[in-house]
Amino acid sequence: MYKYSEFDEFFVRRRVEEFRDQVRRRLDGSLTEDEFKPLRLKNGLYLQLHAYMLRVAIPYGTFDSRQMRQLADIADKWDKGYGHFTTRQNIQFNWPKLADVPAILDALADVDMHAIQTSGNCIRNVTADHFAGAAADEIADPRPTAELLRQWSTDHPEFQYLPRKFKIAVSGSSRDRAVTKAHDIGLRSIRDAGGSPGYEVLIGGGLGRTPMIGAVVREFLPESELLAYVESILRVYNLHGRRDNKYKARLKILVHETGIEKLSREIEAEFAERKKWFAGVDPELIEALKSAFKPPEFNLSRTGAFERRLEKDSGFRAWADTNLFEHRCSAYSIATVSLKPIGGTPGDASANQMRALADIAERLGHDEIRASHEQNIILPHIRKDDLPEAYDVLAASGLQTANFGLVSDIIACPGMDYCALATARSIPIAQEISRRFAALGIEREIGSMKIKISGCINACGHHHVGHIGILGLERAGVENYQITLGGDATETAALGDRAGRGFSADELIPALERLVEAYLRLRDSCRETFLEAYRRLGPEPFRAALYPETGKLAA
Amino acid sequence: MVKKFTAKVITTNRLLEGDAVYLTRDGIWSPEFGDAELFTDPAGASLALETANRQTLLHVGAYFADAETDPSGRPSPTHYRERLRSMGPSNYCHGKQAERANV
Ligand code: SF4
Repeated sequence: MYKYSEFDEFFVRRRVEEFRDQVRRRLDGSLTEDEFKPLRLKNGLYLQLHAYMLRVAIPYGTFDSRQMRQLADIADKWDKGYGHFTTRQNIQFNWPKLADVPAILDALADVDMHAIQTSGNCIRNVTADHFAGAAADEIADPRPTAELLRQWSTDHPEFQYLPRKFKIAVSGSSRDRAVTKAHDIGLRSIRDAGGSPGYEVLIGGGLGRTPMIGAVVREFLPESELLAYVESILRVYNLHGRRDNKYKARLKILVHETGIEKLSREIEAEFAERKKWFAGVDPELIEALKSAFKPPEFNLSRTGAFERRLEKDSGFRAWADTNLFEHRCSAYSIATVSLKPIGGTPGDASANQMRALADIAERLGHDEIRASHEQNIILPHIRKDDLPEAYDVLAASGLQTANFGLVSDIIACPGMDYCALATARSIPIAQEISRRFAALGIEREIGSMKIKISGCINACGHHHVGHIGILGLERAGVENYQITLGGDATETAALGDRAGRGFSADELIPALERLVEAYLRLRDSCRETFLEAYRRLGPEPFRAALYPETGKLAA
Repeated sequence: MVKKFTAKVITTNRLLEGDAVYLTRDGIWSPEFGDAELFTDPAGASLALETANRQTLLHVGAYFADAETDPSGRPSPTHYRERLRSMGPSNYCHGKQAERANV
């Protein structure tokens, strides 16, 4: 794994000291709240409904047992004994006190972590495929690229005051697990005809108020020209992105208003210049980074312990069936640890659960952990024959939920239970859905299903790209939930279609039940997923299930 | 036609703790919505808000929250956002509801 260089360490420590001084000056009155607010946001510190919230970056979702244990200790010492994993490979602490935050940031710096670039109009924490370095279908490990971008973007003088926040995601596989099409820049590893590594570059994707799927701006960008090209995109955006209207300031609006062809020409013109300055920089850096992320030494021997456990333990079998993925090495598996227990809060992990995960990673998992944008934890390298032991540790900590990719594996943003921007709650909705379908006992029958819930139009819960998306709004003084159908976050990305009028919290669960029943009735075989059925049949039969009254009226 | 003034309380989040507090009749900040002074006239409310916002070391900036009188005669929030804010999150017994349980 990449270890901080002296420069990184110095930089992060200096930022902590700076912030400590800013907090001191706020507390003694030399800084007003208006002056202090942008400074705390630059350090990932938000003020929410009930308390401050500290958002800590887990760059490209990769961390290790030492870092996980430190997060657990922070949760115990300065928070309420848990942390919340977000949809952007961050972890949030919901209850820190202002005066403690500098000490928390110091504790993070002790393990090479920080809360920088998690807020504000800068290049945010770069995200990547959570199966990075492990997936059987991987073309290139996305982390050296993501780390290169992290180093380049950290405090980049030219891009400190962008028109708006800027998000970059990197995928190293033909399967897109990083939602690259919903980022300002999406990079997808590919190889050219001659086998040289590079990227397909997408720009202008994003969710939020005006959701858009990213467009290809460069079909093949050689790996060695990455920084010059990305910097050219940023420069064009920085110059032409709208600053007059916050809601029109993201790159996606510039792409939409200018057109991808014209913008592409401007980027290429800029790139022709910039390329000269970057000559030779990337290859050297990227080679060094590739060696920092070289795969662990895999133990290829087999004992058969995995198969023996499969045979005799149906709980283990159910878990293995949903939560394991094909590893690049056949003696290994990628294990997804669900942070979605039935009726629980999506993405929350207690300090003890974090420690259990750290123990497994350290003892059985080559000390690697990933956080996924789907709010789960991944143990990317577990030897198959160690899985029974890992499973037992997970089960002892309540982490054995066998529901990855099923209806209860819901993404939900914090919503109005925490977030000051929310228009409605999302967590109780997720809890209800999960309980209801578990009680019906039809989770496995339903199969692959992505429900994603946001508590406001900002769409942190990715509702537009959920097979079923739920958006919480306010209507006449009560919470109201709007449903979108047919969204997709993968390489076949699509925005969901709005189904129709919203539902009150009480109406919502029965409506979803009708929707799922309709799908089970309509699918052509038990293999056809909800999304496939929706694509085949179009929205009408699903709308009819959601709004039976309109059907009656028409009849 | 003059729009009818909705009764209000003054609220903010404390600077150090970040929790929600409400301005009482005695000019101190209480964690309980029910302890707040209910303003029914616009002039009095504006003046009180101005005064409250001079206490810059205590809180992050105060604002009005719509309120009504509950059956026990204490002010209570009319909007669900302020109701949630005055209780704590619904997924755990944390925040004010927990503090109340501890009393
Ligand atoms: S979607 Fe809205 S409510 Fe949910 S976390 Fe984002 S800003 Fe908050």
